[in-house]
Amino acid sequence: MTDSPTTLPDRDIADRLCEQVSDAFSEHTPLRIVGGNTRAFYGRPVDAAPLHVAEHRGIVHYDPVELVVTARAGTPLEALEAVLDDNHQMLGFEPPRFGPQSTVGGAVATGLAGPRRPWAGATRDFVLGTRVITQHGRSLRFGGEVMKNVAGYDMSRLITGAQGTLGVLADVSFKVLPKPPASYSLRLALSLDDALVRMTELGRRPLPITAAAWHDGELLLRLEGGRSSVATTRQELGGEPLDPSFWQALRDLRHDFFTLTPGQTLWRLSLPANTAPLALDESHSQMLYDWAGCQRFLKTTLDGAALRRACQAVGGHATCYTPTDQGGSDAPFTPLDPVVEKYHRRLKDQLDTRHIFNPGRLYAAF
Amino acid sequence: MDILYDEAIDGALAPFEKADVLSDLQHSVPTLRLLHREEDLRPFECDGLAAYRVLPMLVAMPDTLDEVETLLKRCHALGVPVVTRGAGTGLSGGALPLERGVLLVMSRFQHIINIDPDTRTARLQPGVRNLAISEAAAPYGLYYAPDPSSQIACSIGGNVAENAGGVHCLKYGLTVNNVMRVDVLTIEGEHMTLGAEALDAPGFDLLALFNGSEGMLGVITEITVKLLVLPEVAKVLMASFDNVEKAGKAVGDIIAAGIIPGGLEMMDKLAIQAAEDFVHAGYPVDAEAILLCELDGVLADVDDDCDTVRGVLENAGATDIRLARNAAERAVFWSGRKNAFPAVGRISPDYYCMDGTIPRRELPRVLNGIAELSRESGLRVANVFHAGDGNMHPLILFDANREGELALAEDVGGKILELCVAAGGSITGEHGVGREKINQMCSQFDADEITLFHALKAAFDPQRLLNPGKNIPTLARCAEFGAMHVHNNELAHPELPRF
Repeated sequence: MTDSPTTLPDRDIADRLCEQVSDAFSEHTPLRIVGGNTRAFYGRPVDAAPLHVAEHRGIVHYDPVELVVTARAGTPLEALEAVLDDNHQMLGFEPPRFGPQSTVGGAVATGLAGPRRPWAGATRDFVLGTRVITQHGRSLRFGGEVMKNVAGYDMSRLITGAQGTLGVLADVSFKVLPKPPASYSLRLALSLDDALVRMTELGRRPLPITAAAWHDGELLLRLEGGRSSVATTRQELGGEPLDPSFWQALRDLRHDFFTLTPGQTLWRLSLPANTAPLALDESHSQMLYDWAGCQRFLKTTLDGAALRRACQAVGGHATCYTPTDQGGSDAPFTPLDPVVEKYHRRLKDQLDTRHIFNPGRLYAAF
Repeated sequence: MDILYDEAIDGALAPFEKADVLSDLQHSVPTLRLLHREEDLRPFECDGLAAYRVLPMLVAMPDTLDEVETLLKRCHALGVPVVTRGAGTGLSGGALPLERGVLLVMSRFQHIINIDPDTRTARLQPGVRNLAISEAAAPYGLYYAPDPSSQIACSIGGNVAENAGGVHCLKYGLTVNNVMRVDVLTIEGEHMTLGAEALDAPGFDLLALFNGSEGMLGVITEITVKLLVLPEVAKVLMASFDNVEKAGKAVGDIIAAGIIPGGLEMMDKLAIQAAEDFVHAGYPVDAEAILLCELDGVLADVDDDCDTVRGVLENAGATDIRLARNAAERAVFWSGRKNAFPAVGRISPDYYCMDGTIPRRELPRVLNGIAELSRESGLRVANVFHAGDGNMHPLILFDANREGELALAEDVGGKILELCVAAGGSITGEHGVGREKINQMCSQFDADEITLFHALKAAFDPQRLLNPGKNIPTLARCAEFGAMHVHNNELAHPELPRF
């Protein structure tokens, strides 16, 4: 895949992908599913022949009035979001882009969401339907282009975030949202403890907040909604204006915070709302709070096991963002409870009997 | 549609005798309340789809999770099917009992474990009523958003099992979008937590898979839901149209204006007249269609949006637009819509309620198709929609006492669902498949897709003991594919509004 994503034409190569999967099944040859290859850091390395999905690209159907867009998995996020933007619409889960090659399929397969997530919903909350290539090389349709659909099991949401371990995403239908008419970002000088209290207080009021972070002595807020409510809330909260590009930098892990010093690894902590700062050795760690404290990025030299224990004790979990070959954990995702793991294995065995789809990507066992 | 479980089509069940199962359960779970006499079983023979009735073999009414766990382990060992039931208000026969199965009634688990205003979450036992959540959260200025019509009676466990909807789905989502965590017991009696109090959990999104799985994958024993901050204000506009297509187009125009209403509902002439006759909401009985548009949020924004929507409705050709002046009038506007089902029940001996969804743009075409089917069959059809999210509830009026009319109604219903599927929609938006729409699944999904659904099921319940015969048809059933049957002349809870 040496072509620049911007020069590739729109193409439907689903038939070819089906054949490749079918061959891999017959020959027991595992596949590593690759879109724009910008999310390789997120998960365990897969040692297998690549299945390139990037050429399967283009918007299949978009009707702004329906609030639905269907795109092929290889469509660059940038291209899709540009089309939505032309129609004053957006993907509500604010997916990160780790480069211009980042694809729709990669966004859904990893299920990562940006700063808006606590207010708008997760990736899977916006996935209405999928076309999935299954182990036998069949292209199957689940869900659809309608807002409400409870026929059959929710395969589309199950496959979101499954990192290609249950099948190959071919097409995805998203619910899209109108862009808010007004947006204003601000910064308030506040200590961490005061900021956490403030975020909890603000969360209990009907305010048009769509992002809340804390970093380096400042509470950073984004207000979005109707012009009237944004103006009123801006007046009430005060503070200094914040360049809104901060949120894209945070979303895409491009903010200066994400520069590591030698020996440090980057972790993402996912914790319940209103969780107090964890007792982690400050001399070994630096923290950036996102999602009103529910998502915390940690640069640390601390041991992963200790981190995980601290997160699990408060009902959360920790994911290592630093690849194994750069000193990161070889088990980037928190190990599953034994019963839950048993059913993960059984699901994998049912949908991918020969373990051809991204084997070991999430956990070594499947 | 044959209501009874048919082993030749739906799959073979293990051999066992009722007396043996009863004595095994009495011995292994001595504290468990078990019903086995016909007169005690009778009240459990149906759920909200009262036209479908089957007497269960046994009814179990546990008070503790230990009892549930042991019951499941014993049923698993004996090969006895288990049908889980919440409040029994479902409209698709998802909790229809099996003659050769245990009905596990979870309605005694009614405790609200915790409401946390700071994390805006509620921890609930599965039998907690939907409306009770919002009532308990109200003192903190919070509420639980999904509001299925039966919310005064339906329970949160059943809501999760069915992925229940309501009138506010377009803006606030279905149950799946508002549940953070569930605890379940597997058919093997193992405890499992899916999701988290955090905003995500490691591994596959089994939480999403369990939402709407209709009791086929496990038994839900505890639920954590997210609570939302009560909007500062809600306002309702009612617009009249002299043409259904204009009303349908106005729905799209509102969305195109960048507004997501809290609720956006549509009724056609027959539904308007029936509702007005029943509740006297002041509906325009000469209009061909009305739209009810609820806007909620911060006061200043809602006022701006009201002005925008009013302009859109005028441009779309509305003949009359009224804004509810206060909360009382708002409730009156809604009362007609919320009572549309019983209102239609007053003008016809029987009606047959559909739950198809379509892309909104197809609304005029599908409406014309329904009108054509109505003309051809001579059966009246009243149309009530969650127009904002394309979820239609056409009500086919018929008289079961007239020779052949039930079959005719079934035929019209089947064709309406085929119209929905052909338009790119779904056979069910919020009521679920259950037993009712088991045959229609064959028209929405092909054999490969149904085979994959069976594979998902096999991961959790390879012996097919949880709610067999529901949700996913066997391929044998699809080969037999019959006409649909949703005869429903008598709701189990006539006191509940249905919308």
